[in-house]
Amino acid sequence: MTTQAMTAVGTAEPKTVKGSPKWGDLILRIAAGLVLLYLFLPIFVIVLFSFNHPQGKFNYSWQGFTLNNWAHPFKYPALTDALKLSINIAAVSTAIALVLGTLLAIALVRQRFRGRTAVDTFLVLPLTSPEVVIGAALLTLFLDLGWAAGYTTIVIAHVAFEISFIAMTVRARMRGFDWTLEDASMDLGASPARTFFKVTLPLIIPGIVAAGMLSFALSLDDFIITYFVSGSTVTYPLYVNAAVKAAVPPQINVLATAILVISLILLAVGTLYRRKRIEA
Amino acid sequence: MAGVASSSRQRSKIAPYLMILPALVYLGIFFVVPFFSLARTSLSSMGGSVYLPTLTFNWDFSNYLDAFSHYQDQIIRTFTYALVATLLCLLLAFPLAYVIAFKAGRYKNLILGLVILPFFVTFLIRTIAWKTILADDGWVVSLLGSVGLLPGEGRLLSTSWAVIGGLTYNWIIFMILPLYVSLEKIDPRLIEASKDLYSSNRRSFTKVILPLSMPGVLAGSLLVFIPASGDFINADYLGSTQTTMIGNVIQKQFLVVKDYPAAAALSMVLMAIILVGVLLYTRALGTEDLV
Repeated sequence: MTTQAMTAVGTAEPKTVKGSPKWGDLILRIAAGLVLLYLFLPIFVIVLFSFNHPQGKFNYSWQGFTLNNWAHPFKYPALTDALKLSINIAAVSTAIALVLGTLLAIALVRQRFRGRTAVDTFLVLPLTSPEVVIGAALLTLFLDLGWAAGYTTIVIAHVAFEISFIAMTVRARMRGFDWTLEDASMDLGASPARTFFKVTLPLIIPGIVAAGMLSFALSLDDFIITYFVSGSTVTYPLYVNAAVKAAVPPQINVLATAILVISLILLAVGTLYRRKRIEA
Repeated sequence: MAGVASSSRQRSKIAPYLMILPALVYLGIFFVVPFFSLARTSLSSMGGSVYLPTLTFNWDFSNYLDAFSHYQDQIIRTFTYALVATLLCLLLAFPLAYVIAFKAGRYKNLILGLVILPFFVTFLIRTIAWKTILADDGWVVSLLGSVGLLPGEGRLLSTSWAVIGGLTYNWIIFMILPLYVSLEKIDPRLIEASKDLYSSNRRSFTKVILPLSMPGVLAGSLLVFIPASGDFINADYLGSTQTTMIGNVIQKQFLVVKDYPAAAALSMVLMAIILVGVLLYTRALGTEDLV
């Protein structure tokens, strides 16, 4: 069924009339536009409902416009605390995983050693295991060890799934670099330390920054694994999940919208910065 | 990959091992060992009192038999949902990835940014938004109702379709990006060449574009299918008691009922079915360079 549908997608009318492929082209563009709209549909709802004035406990149906939620974004201390804790966990776990993952990526790209392919394959495993199983497995380990679930076990779990993402992102960004630049620097009399700081590091820093941002975002958003190893600690996604069962304040939408806008600004600044560097 | 380490500097033989060791030791302890704990728990029996339960490891395979006999429906439902969601992702992602790769021109990066943007909102909040969109008194239900396209029950929320829709939405990004990457790599001259050789649009699509996009299709399908089959949020938020998946059972058995051996056995079954499926699928498509 898919093959037929996909064929239809890429196919224009038979080439009998000149210019008929234009129609196929148009249909394709409209289809792509509709899919893009579909991706944004819930986002529109989230932003819109941050201005909602819900009557009951749940912010699910439109009751009327208000700016009140935006005036008091931190009205619920439990929500704010959960968000702060999640940012803390994301920062700490990303810092640890960046060190471990970057070293691994550099070794994989720059060095030849026995078992490199095995390490490569091994790195894919955390990405291809369902989160519920990773969470369950970690929970049984912590039960076996008798460790109480909480902040530490959450950080441990986050580092474990971040390492693979970081190693693969850094590695992908390092491929195709001209490493003879290092030799050139040494030939010109620079010490290995100077070469590392003046040549190698500037080359790999963009990859490390990208990997760090990805890892931070994944940690902030992680629910399933965290749910298994959190004990009574409440992160931002865990707060949201508890809210669904009890009461959903519109401040959840306010903070989600704020995070989205901040991401958008960062994305725009990043793009402009890169464009400027390319032009320069 | 030749010339990767062709730098003229002499490197010590142990340096690479020192660099990979910390990460591998970490993943060994907190990724590999937990699976042994899981396997061990799945073969244990619960004993002791309700207040102070104890686990005894005694090769108790009955947990696996129970997993299959009690949760057969959930197992079948899980993989059906995940499969349908993966196909829907492929269907929706292909035109978008195609347009970004070949038609977007200078707007390519902008559209890519737009595609990624919705995923900056927490997964759970996006799913809550779908609750609003699919609600019984929402505009989607009344629109579909007025054109007679509403499924049997006359509602969307709490049906299988809502759960499948949620699974599709939440992982479609993992289909769009690999598809885009593999389409982007296609040399447009190959498509032109096929046209010059009198191939119809349909033929150049099926003979050139589709085969060359296969690595993306493979990677995308796995990246959607695997998390979708382990998910329990969509079934929890958008479904009903009639739409529970294995993830819901594992979660409940582990964290609410606290029947660890049963939950561990179910996790092992889920993992095993996924592994077998992935192996068969990669073999069938014959693409080995997944990453």
